[in-house]
Amino acid sequence: MTRYSVFAVAREALRWHSGWQRAWHSPAPKKAYDVVIVGAGGHGLATACYLGKNHGIRNVAVIEKGWLGGGNTGRNTTIIRSNYLQDPSAAIYEKARSLYETLSQDLNYNVMFSPRGLLMLAQTHHEVRGYRRTVHANALQGVETRWIEPARVRELVPIMNIAGPRYPVLGALHQPRGGTARHDAVAWGYARACSAMGMDIIQQCEVTGVRIAGGQVQGIDTTKGAIDCRKLALVVAGHSSVLAEMAGFRLPIESMALQALVSEPVKPCLDVVVMANTVHGYLSQSDKGEMVIGGGTDGFNNYTQRGSWQHVEETVRALIETFPMLSRLKMLRQWGGIVDMTGDRSPILSKTPVGGIFVNCGWGTGGFKAIPGSGWAMAELVARGEPGPLAAEFGLDRFREGRFIDESVAAGVAH
Amino acid sequence: MSARLSRGGRLIDRSVPLTFRFDGRPMTGLAGDTLAASLLANDRMLVGRSFKYHRPRGILASGAEEPNALVGLGQGPRFEPNQRTTTTETFDGLSAISQNRWPGLEHDLGAVSGCLSRFLPAGFYYKMFLWPRPFWKHVYEPLIRRSAGLGKAPQEADADRYEQAYAFADVVIAGGGIAGLTAALAAGRAGRRVILLEQTAHWGGRAPVDGDPIEGMPADTWVKNAVQTLEGMANVTLRLRTTVSGLYDHGYALACERVADHSPGDGRPRHRLWRIRAGKLIAATGAIERPLSFAGNDIPGVMLASAMRDYVVNWAVSPGARTVVVTNNDDAYRTALVLADAGLVVAAVIDARPAATGDLPAQARARGIRVLEGRGIARVRGGRRVSGVAICAQEGEGAVLEEIACDAVAMSGGWSPVVHLWSHCGGKLIWDAAGAMFRPDAARPPTGDAGQPIAATAGAASGLLDTAAVLADAHAAAGGEGPAPQASCPTEAPMLPVWIMPQGAGPALKSKMWLDYQNDVKVSDVQLAAREGYESVEHTKRYTTLGMATDQGKTSNINGIAVLSQTLHQEIPVTGTTTFRPPYTPISLGSIAAEARGEIFQPLRRTPMHDWHEAEGACWEPVGQWRRPWCYRRGAETVQEAVNREVINTRSNVGLLDASTLGKILVKGADAGRFLDMLYTGTMSTLPVGKCRYGLMCNDNGFVIDDGVVVRLSGDSWLCHTTTGGADRIHAHMEDWLQCEWWDWKVHTANLTEQFAQVAIVGPKARRLLETLGGMDVSREALPFMAFAEGTPGGFRARVFRISFSGELSYEVAVPASEGLAFWRACVAAGAEFGAMPYGTEALHVMRAEKGFIMIGDETDGTVIPQDLNLGWAISGKKPDYLGKRAQQRSHMASPERWKLVGLETLDGSVLPDGALAVAEGVNANGQRRTQGRVTSSYYSPVLKKGIAMGLVLKGPQRMGEVLDFPVEGGRIVQARVVDQVFYDRDGEKQNA
Amino acid sequence: MLILTCPHCGIRAEETELAPGGEAHLKRRGPGHSDAAFEDYMFARKNPRGVHFERWRHAHGCGKWFLAARCTATLEVFGTYPARTSGPPPDILAAIRARRPGWEAGE
Repeated sequence: MTRYSVFAVAREALRWHSGWQRAWHSPAPKKAYDVVIVGAGGHGLATACYLGKNHGIRNVAVIEKGWLGGGNTGRNTTIIRSNYLQDPSAAIYEKARSLYETLSQDLNYNVMFSPRGLLMLAQTHHEVRGYRRTVHANALQGVETRWIEPARVRELVPIMNIAGPRYPVLGALHQPRGGTARHDAVAWGYARACSAMGMDIIQQCEVTGVRIAGGQVQGIDTTKGAIDCRKLALVVAGHSSVLAEMAGFRLPIESMALQALVSEPVKPCLDVVVMANTVHGYLSQSDKGEMVIGGGTDGFNNYTQRGSWQHVEETVRALIETFPMLSRLKMLRQWGGIVDMTGDRSPILSKTPVGGIFVNCGWGTGGFKAIPGSGWAMAELVARGEPGPLAAEFGLDRFREGRFIDESVAAGVAH
Repeated sequence: MSARLSRGGRLIDRSVPLTFRFDGRPMTGLAGDTLAASLLANDRMLVGRSFKYHRPRGILASGAEEPNALVGLGQGPRFEPNQRTTTTETFDGLSAISQNRWPGLEHDLGAVSGCLSRFLPAGFYYKMFLWPRPFWKHVYEPLIRRSAGLGKAPQEADADRYEQAYAFADVVIAGGGIAGLTAALAAGRAGRRVILLEQTAHWGGRAPVDGDPIEGMPADTWVKNAVQTLEGMANVTLRLRTTVSGLYDHGYALACERVADHSPGDGRPRHRLWRIRAGKLIAATGAIERPLSFAGNDIPGVMLASAMRDYVVNWAVSPGARTVVVTNNDDAYRTALVLADAGLVVAAVIDARPAATGDLPAQARARGIRVLEGRGIARVRGGRRVSGVAICAQEGEGAVLEEIACDAVAMSGGWSPVVHLWSHCGGKLIWDAAGAMFRPDAARPPTGDAGQPIAATAGAASGLLDTAAVLADAHAAAGGEGPAPQASCPTEAPMLPVWIMPQGAGPALKSKMWLDYQNDVKVSDVQLAAREGYESVEHTKRYTTLGMATDQGKTSNINGIAVLSQTLHQEIPVTGTTTFRPPYTPISLGSIAAEARGEIFQPLRRTPMHDWHEAEGACWEPVGQWRRPWCYRRGAETVQEAVNREVINTRSNVGLLDASTLGKILVKGADAGRFLDMLYTGTMSTLPVGKCRYGLMCNDNGFVIDDGVVVRLSGDSWLCHTTTGGADRIHAHMEDWLQCEWWDWKVHTANLTEQFAQVAIVGPKARRLLETLGGMDVSREALPFMAFAEGTPGGFRARVFRISFSGELSYEVAVPASEGLAFWRACVAAGAEFGAMPYGTEALHVMRAEKGFIMIGDETDGTVIPQDLNLGWAISGKKPDYLGKRAQQRSHMASPERWKLVGLETLDGSVLPDGALAVAEGVNANGQRRTQGRVTSSYYSPVLKKGIAMGLVLKGPQRMGEVLDFPVEGGRIVQARVVDQVFYDRDGEKQNA
Repeated sequence: MLILTCPHCGIRAEETELAPGGEAHLKRRGPGHSDAAFEDYMFARKNPRGVHFERWRHAHGCGKWFLAARCTATLEVFGTYPARTSGPPPDILAAIRARRPGWEAGE
């Protein structure tokens, strides 16, 4: 694999960039692998990558129905933060965030992690209390956050109308090392790293069945033939229930559409990520200059990657209320992704009723930020057959025991 | 140079000159102009700079597909970036500035990146800026961000207003060209409700420019007649300047009407967003001409052939004095003919096809226009303006055969149907090899709620370019009866797909062939992406940013897909298209929010006493959509001082609280008691008539969701009080269980929250206040603690509850909402002699905390079960079932290791920070400090003159007297002792008084 | 933006009038049922990519709960019916089979 660097780009420029190698290979599937991962999104590819890097397991295939990174990895609003309230969440999201800090160098692929800072606005007294509570929790969890007063919010975000009238900004939870990254690049960077380790990324290959014998997974059937495996990891946000059905078990998950939109690109005017949970909207400006806007989920089961219009209106109204200058920008593009919503709105990294099958799902509206941490923890779970500390609390058994990880406590939405 | 012609121009009014400014320079246009036409008339071809390389950018197109000619329009609170000059109508006083250039448009320092373009291919940033690591945030990214973005961001709040409207139709037709008009005539005559929407300010689309006669008359005349006929139909609505921007599920169409873009500040809403339920949408959206990919095809002066004839015919503007036409089809010859008709020089028509054989080339030759067959453009000469073209063989590698001087190039690579609306909701496309286009597959339309097709296309949008076929298709799409309108048109020879010109071009040429003009994506970039494995069309799009600019790839997508397919040696349909997403053209965020701004952003709920509170200086607390007084500041008081005063006055005299926002749900019926026993953890069926009981409510997953006092009004009626935020939610919760689980139980519920105003009269002098009002016996004997009576205090019909959330002697009095303010005033007047003062929610919070009462949302947060709250007395052990009971038996909830409610008292008397955590020894497996409790409520008690708090602590009630460490900001530790949660009047003597 | 016909008041209701309520025909499991049975009732969801029976409330209309059979892959609605039933009625099942030959109701 050619290492990427400014020198490599300069060298290639002189020969019209004719010498660049493929970022990843597209082989036909082999008959068998040690581990098959279904889903070549960020989570699946990161799982494969850390299986190789951390556990020396490289006889791995990543199977993808469409094109890699084409699901929620390429459809989200790219926010990265770890200012969670509950210990298990803070642990895995902070692990992810800290891996993002060096991911470009680790993968030799610039994922443009931009720790520009993230604000969660408090617009009711209830939110003030919730975020202050989060700051206390984060201090003990090793997550750097702080409470800031309205005057400081105004300094950080001059385009914000902090005075209201309906929901004046009473302060904010600030995570200075939260931010964004280039979503596609995360998938591509991991894919390139996996391919370089000799793993097979097989796109345009749909799983049609899961073969199980004696309660143990044997392999899968796909549109490109049967593939045997000793272990199978299902990492298919949005379609987790469909795959689980093939394997004969049910998940505490419903699939719903989450919508997002971008404005036309304008010169930089917003240097931080802003989330306003009372009014259900969040906003950042991409490096290209587009205002990236997201809101809440539609609320009914949906696999179409299209959402209902009224939710876009709700989100835009909320953001114009807080950022009046947005009114004269234009919506360039809107889209939807299908997210897994679990019974407690927290993810699942777990063993399943079938031996050798593991699931990583249920990230809901907040999966992108977790990718490196999720892959790290999932690789550990798959390699050892038992969860490590990062995944320990995210097992399916919590729904039977009544041991939930509920983040809605501090904030209405959990992106 | 470009200039206004002395005659012609079907859309302009030469008698109405308009003055406008571009980059500060005054210019003149004519009524009917688009800004692009006005600029060209002022010899302004260079109007902007591209995104990445800051290349000079001229006007490419004449409509919504324009990628280049974007400007910042207006000023101050009416400034808007990225406005397409080709769809902006010129008006008197218009002010526009060019974008993405510094210091100026002609001399832009950013253009240095264009000189380095060879070092900045697609995706270069993924491969660079990796070291040193901190440089990404502090050096590289700021640099990239500064050079990114096109227009400047608006700075001020928008001075304009926007509105939304609903409409319903059997048929919505998008596009008022001849296809849309034909479809509207057919549907209108069949008696259907029709809405016909056209994005420009004129009916007729391209047909009047292209010139084929319809029904034996000039297209212009036919269009006028058709519009007149339609205007006479009561069932047809016509609307100009209205773009159908998206089709959504079940036939929901969105259309944005630009009401006052061309007359800013005239008092009308700027945009009106139409939300239309359509039985069917007919997309008569036409087709968009494609550029050809030859080196230098982005130099200002290179224009789409159809656009060039639009400028000449519609606005009498000549984009150049001497034009070369380059094409792979017959249609572009129309441009050559139009130019010749206008007396302009057509230096040559370069036709990539081996032979040009159709009617139109014959007409061109007959006019003496030179036609070169089998030729292409090797390279366009020029920098900020075309100065000539170098001609080569199309089938060669670009060896120059001839140089032709010219100042404009009209190019045509064929046409792409506008299939966006068809595709938004799932309509599928097929590849038409003959037309080299993706067109709608009529067999796979988008479907609606009953599985029926909800969209059709008509005319060029169906992939038909021949006028007669367009009319027939449109007539049929609308279910027209009888014959379709007839047209005569020349016979056109087949086009030849040409994706790269010349076909054997080497890397140097390909790196100058633009696909996406705005985002600077070239043929070489797409080929690089394919070579590096970004083979999916979505990968290529995202890696190169092809089609992701403000024009959404209207002119670039198909060319890019074709180049990608060629590079991968696969058929174009194998490559497929990217997903079409709404909106078709960008719509203002202002129109999406519309009137919901400022005070009417969300509904505001006011109690009957709201205005009184406001007049008394209330600080407001938003609780849901309600506003509740937080406290009433007097004079120079701080909020804290006001709260302290209100607490002390209530505890020593009497306080008045507006409790109207509390939920009040009437539950009535033969099975009401049984139902409430399922709903609450306690037993409500045994509550005697005239008595009150505290109730705690869980969801079936075991968690506390609400609490409040339940009153037995009569044998079959209970009144359930809920929290302010809970009223609607709890009412819905009750209905859910009644309708979906226990549907045979005889119970009715009614949410009476807004029917009653409620006043809490609280404090040791509360009884005296009510006695002063008179009209009702409120003595301890007649109305003991937790009793209820109806009466007429002060002459008001009222329900009076002896309940207390403060620990004081307290009456809550509910009167009809319409009498709320009068009753409140009566209380204030009667209380004057006892020192009555109103108090707000913060004083309420302090007093309830002093008494150790829980507050939903403070002590509970969705993770707390009743067993955590020392509220065992409120849970019936005897009942076989209630919502949440089974859930609370699960191992984690039944565990003795839970955090439970206690009081917390700091050793130094300070106020514990809200939300602070009590630490335990060591760290967990993830390196996080272990914890053993947290503060749920914390206040300064002005009565006890010290901080008091409640918290959930691991096995709390078993640890009375233990001291816990709470780290707080600044690294300090505050120590607090675990104590009983009731700090004030532990025996309840005051409330029972 | 869905349209569902409220079977109680007969209105073809816009989605903005409606509140979604998740999977229909769940059987409540109270005290006396096992942890596993309770977990199934509370959390396990079919969540099919295809025919889905689901709850809706005509929240900004007549206030009544009703049930719908709807395809989650195309959003096609096969029919709506009152919530007072423990399983899909025969006419709804027939409507589904007519449009999705081979579809089986499952458990």
